[in-house]
Amino acid sequence: MRVMAQMAMVMNLDKCIGCHTCSVTCKQAWTNRTGTEYVWFNNVETRPGQGYPRTYEDQERWEGGWKLNKGGRLSLKAGGRLKNLLTIFSSPKMPALSDYYEPWTYDYENLTAAPLQEHTPVARPKSMATGEDTKVRWSANWDDDLGGSPELAQHDPILKKVSEKVTLEFDKTFMFYLPRICEHCLNPSCAASCPSGAIYKRAEDGIVLVDQDKCRGWRKCITGCPYKKVYFNHKTGKAEKCTFCFPRIEVGIPTVCAETCVGRLRYIGLVLYDADKVLEAASIEDEHELLNAQRSVFLDPHDPAVVAASEEAGIPHDWIEGAQRSPVWRLIHDYEVALPLHPEYRTMPMVWYIPPLSPVVDVVAETGEDAEDSGNLFAAIEALRIPIEYLAELFTAGDPKPVDAVLRRLAAMRSYMRDINLGREGNPDIPAAVGMTETEMKGMFRLLALAKYDERYVIPPAHTENAHNLEELATECSLDFDGGPGMGGDGPFGAGSGPQTPLAVENMREQTQRQTDSGVYNDDTGKPRRVNLLLWDGDGAPQGLFPSDGIEDPEVGKRR
Amino acid sequence: MNEPLTIALWVVFPYLCLLLFVGGHVWRYRYDNFGWTSRSSQLHESKLLRWASPLFHFGILVVIAGHVIGLGIPNTWTGALGISADVYHTVAVTSGWIAGTATVVGLAMLIYRRRTTGAVFYETTPMDKFMYVVLGTVIALGMWSLMATTFDWNNHYDYREGVSIWFRGLFFLDLRPELMTLAPLNMQLHALAGFAIFALWPFTRLVHVFSAPVWYIFRPYVVYRSRKDQLGSRATKRGWDRVGTRR
Repeated sequence: MRVMAQMAMVMNLDKCIGCHTCSVTCKQAWTNRTGTEYVWFNNVETRPGQGYPRTYEDQERWEGGWKLNKGGRLSLKAGGRLKNLLTIFSSPKMPALSDYYEPWTYDYENLTAAPLQEHTPVARPKSMATGEDTKVRWSANWDDDLGGSPELAQHDPILKKVSEKVTLEFDKTFMFYLPRICEHCLNPSCAASCPSGAIYKRAEDGIVLVDQDKCRGWRKCITGCPYKKVYFNHKTGKAEKCTFCFPRIEVGIPTVCAETCVGRLRYIGLVLYDADKVLEAASIEDEHELLNAQRSVFLDPHDPAVVAASEEAGIPHDWIEGAQRSPVWRLIHDYEVALPLHPEYRTMPMVWYIPPLSPVVDVVAETGEDAEDSGNLFAAIEALRIPIEYLAELFTAGDPKPVDAVLRRLAAMRSYMRDINLGREGNPDIPAAVGMTETEMKGMFRLLALAKYDERYVIPPAHTENAHNLEELATECSLDFDGGPGMGGDGPFGAGSGPQTPLAVENMREQTQRQTDSGVYNDDTGKPRRVNLLLWDGDGAPQGLFPSDGIEDPEVGKRR
Repeated sequence: MNEPLTIALWVVFPYLCLLLFVGGHVWRYRYDNFGWTSRSSQLHESKLLRWASPLFHFGILVVIAGHVIGLGIPNTWTGALGISADVYHTVAVTSGWIAGTATVVGLAMLIYRRRTTGAVFYETTPMDKFMYVVLGTVIALGMWSLMATTFDWNNHYDYREGVSIWFRGLFFLDLRPELMTLAPLNMQLHALAGFAIFALWPFTRLVHVFSAPVWYIFRPYVVYRSRKDQLGSRATKRGWDRVGTRR
């Protein structure tokens, strides 16, 4: 068992209102630059729809992700290492800018600088790729809210998979939003495709990053990623991708997309997994088994054996605790309502989704029946085969059973909690019908409906940058805060016991000096200091051993 | 024989160019790793690139290999292997024509593509344009030399007895500039232009040649790295001052 920690996300699609706040704030934070105009590390797609870039899910065309070769071994769908190198001069399966969209701006200056004329001046669209006038024909969200349907939506590769039974009214009965970021996969095919080895998975938290100094712009990762979440910066000639906002995660705050999510539908937390099992799980032949295979890779952070192995693997204790409290783990494992996006790509994605029940609820409500009655909802889930097959193509490689089970749990929760909200007794038969206890159901309700910031985002901070502060926690005087009796560094130890030089740092430095220096150790900072008598080896009289007379040292004099 | 001009052209200039080539690459690798890329424009256009880029690249790889053999291996060695001068000449000229044609056609298509595709031209830097001019000149002069050799415009001049010995001499400090004064004009110009592009090399996108990722074949698919060797946890390289941090 090789335990690794993975920072992961779950999105509750029922709550997504498609406001694109996550996309906009992400763009402002990360890709608001020349060369990345067309790049959205976070985007929100309307389903059914073609997605961004257009039809990226059609892997027969784009050849992203992994496949099993004839020998049953996992290999890149776009071809092995040798083929990858031989096609380096012209990548055969790379989306063009037009598949994303041609970024544009408007000639705003014309509005104020145009000469007096009969007609109102207009701001014409200008392509940011060529600088020329352009006609706006497509964007990252051209088919937002099913705009252009059914002409556009019929090219949805997922819809095509379920198309035999699809009716033309499909888009009228069923729509939801799918926010997407990089999946930070356990088995990232972008990293595997990178000839330079510039894309790597961080050993500590599993975040997949591109080393901008190592990337040489071979653009193989763009083909390799089946989610098309690695982008080519056409200005710098380097690949860029979602960073899971690692500078924020490292200090324990959520990603920008999660922080600004209006619907509060995102959950961030740790998942522990066994890195030795990843390859085996990704190589399972039956696509329908991939979901369970990925689940089997995860390790239960409450299992004492796992905790022991984690500690042995050097995972800090607060990270293990974080994994135990992880909302992501609870949604994936305890309540089993979260599902991965396209497990059939075999990349082991780590951004999971709770499929939306709302289309089912809407259908029931439209019939005039009670849309909060579990019986009605269960019956509707039975009846609405097409939406469920569609969701199954997204989240379970086409197997409707897990989606069915999740929707039943969500429907049961809706029905069970309605009774409680109306002041009635909760009906224990409803949770039992979906294999849950009443406590579990209430816990799931709390996590999905009420959970506050610190329940949705359980992010133990990274350790190196905090080590310095943390080692001071137990040694500082509790009165030594701004405005407190110990303020200004004039603590109970008297003048010179300033907080500027942390005790442990001083000790460390002093200890090293004492062990290596034959003479008396004096630092040359000239700052008032004191000597820790426990560490004084009696060798001479270091500076600060006795209080100064207050005349030479103006700082000390002032305090007196 | 060794007039100042001869020395300047066939000793000083080549060494200057090689110095710039090596020094420039060291400098660029240390200070501009971020700018070290092929700057692919496939995002903007791929139909022409699909044919042009492999034609050019595979062509020029064979051309480079041909130069390494022609300039680097003394004819006595190939002679010792039992390869007669005639056989060598035939093989060299034939492969030269195939690879040269591919390179020229590829480059012509690439330049046409670069000029006519709005977005690609928009991304083209002045340095790119300059590089294309020099590279095009080198290749054109090379093709001229190839023609002259094929159709014997050079009065039976054997570059392996002249240019090659001069070239190898540069690396063994066995300076033979007088050999180049005897070489035909086409090869003289080709050699000068060739050294010029070596001087230009580190300052252009041509640096991507030296990142040819051959070790990709041997490495494990997924690369893991620890935060410890990440930015901020190690001293920044000399030459850059990161705002607001002191290390």
